[in-house]
Amino acid sequence: MDFGFLTQPAFSGGGTYFDWVLSGIKWTMLVSVCAWIIAFTIGSVLGVMRTTKLRWLYVPAAAYVELFRNIPLLVQMFIWYFVIPEIVPKALGTWMKQGMPMPEFWSAVLALGFYTASRVAEQVRSGIQSIPAGQTQAALATGLTMPQVYRHLLLPMGYRIVIPPLTSEFLTIFKNSSVALTIGVLELTAQARTISEYTFRTFEIFTLATIVYVLITMAVTVLMQFVETRVRVPGYVGTGK
Amino acid sequence: MFSGFDFDVIQRTLPYLWQGMLFSLGLTLLAMLGGIVLGTLLALMRLSGNRAISLPAAAYVNLLRSTPLILVIFWFYFLVPIAVKQFTGNPYASGIGPFYSALIAFTLFEAAYYCEIIRAGIQSVPAGQVHAAQALGLNYPQATLLVVLPQAFRNMVPILLTQGIILFQDTSLVYVVGLTDFMGAASKVAQRDGRLVEMYLFAALVYFILCFSASYFVKRLQLRITPPR
Repeated sequence: MDFGFLTQPAFSGGGTYFDWVLSGIKWTMLVSVCAWIIAFTIGSVLGVMRTTKLRWLYVPAAAYVELFRNIPLLVQMFIWYFVIPEIVPKALGTWMKQGMPMPEFWSAVLALGFYTASRVAEQVRSGIQSIPAGQTQAALATGLTMPQVYRHLLLPMGYRIVIPPLTSEFLTIFKNSSVALTIGVLELTAQARTISEYTFRTFEIFTLATIVYVLITMAVTVLMQFVETRVRVPGYVGTGK
Repeated sequence: MFSGFDFDVIQRTLPYLWQGMLFSLGLTLLAMLGGIVLGTLLALMRLSGNRAISLPAAAYVNLLRSTPLILVIFWFYFLVPIAVKQFTGNPYASGIGPFYSALIAFTLFEAAYYCEIIRAGIQSVPAGQVHAAQALGLNYPQATLLVVLPQAFRNMVPILLTQGIILFQDTSLVYVVGLTDFMGAASKVAQRDGRLVEMYLFAALVYFILCFSASYFVKRLQLRITPPR
């Protein structure tokens, strides 16, 4: 193990190989966090839609989840990057191919975001559905309207219940962000592979990349445990002992 | 929007795509079998009271579960040839071929995920069953093989199959090392013939139909085999 090569000037770009690693970490973070914003927003809306009794709300949400869950992320990535610009109206397609800044990045963010949204939706749905029906009935009996039941009972309780599964989805998004390398986003895994090709220090650079992923996992886990204890409802589901 | 579509490209490359699909399915089935066997061992290790046994298993599972699959595939592409050379003592050994490298990577990666599923399954078996087995004079291997695991697997079959569907989707990632699985075949045709739109939409459709019907089947199975309690 010799990590000395990290301080050597890189093959191109002016910096050192360590700068390449840092840049890889930056893109991994950017793709993951941007995709998570999309996934969490859309996933929450879809998850809530699936819990309603209104057919025109839960059928489209269920269809979305089935569609996005049953196609591999790699295929979705390619569709966003290669197929969408070809089948949208011509002017928009030309702009996506020539005018849009960072097309790889935004395709990756959209693909990862919409893919993860289907998984978030399932978690939010199961969280809301795990709240005993008696609570909803009690809330309705005290005169709350259905939107108020969601606002004051189902959403606050449901989100607390799904913090652990959402944490693991959030961790999955960091790992899945490596799929973005297939359409040319130079995130951490892509940089590790490139550096190994230039320096033949494969063992060292893969070890470093693995350590960074493990550190990200640990940091997120600790952060979410902190959040979980902060928002805990005393004497209720998930409080454990 | 479908006016410029060339459906013929799919028809003429069907035999090639079928070869790719066989690769994907073979990799999925073998990695699933290997993953479940190895995952069971890891789960039993993690549940062991001896920390010298449970800690390494826990470390292995947590390490692999926090690493992206693509990085794991790269790792094994790099490590397997080295290991083969070490093992055979021949510095010019030619390795074991890309299929087996991929198979080893997927098996070891999925074992970590199967371990967690199986561990939960084992823990769902009531402790009274173990006590009863011990009271009957069964030793640990007998109690595990004859009493605990059959009941655990019965509860786990749907989740194990669902993980298999996820694994089938994940096999598309062998694309990153240039293997010709179904997605690899589709993308090679797409790039050779300049038919990206047709091939990628077709690939998405095929994956969707396969995974959707498989999950429907698993859902039916789950309803049927859930033991009455």
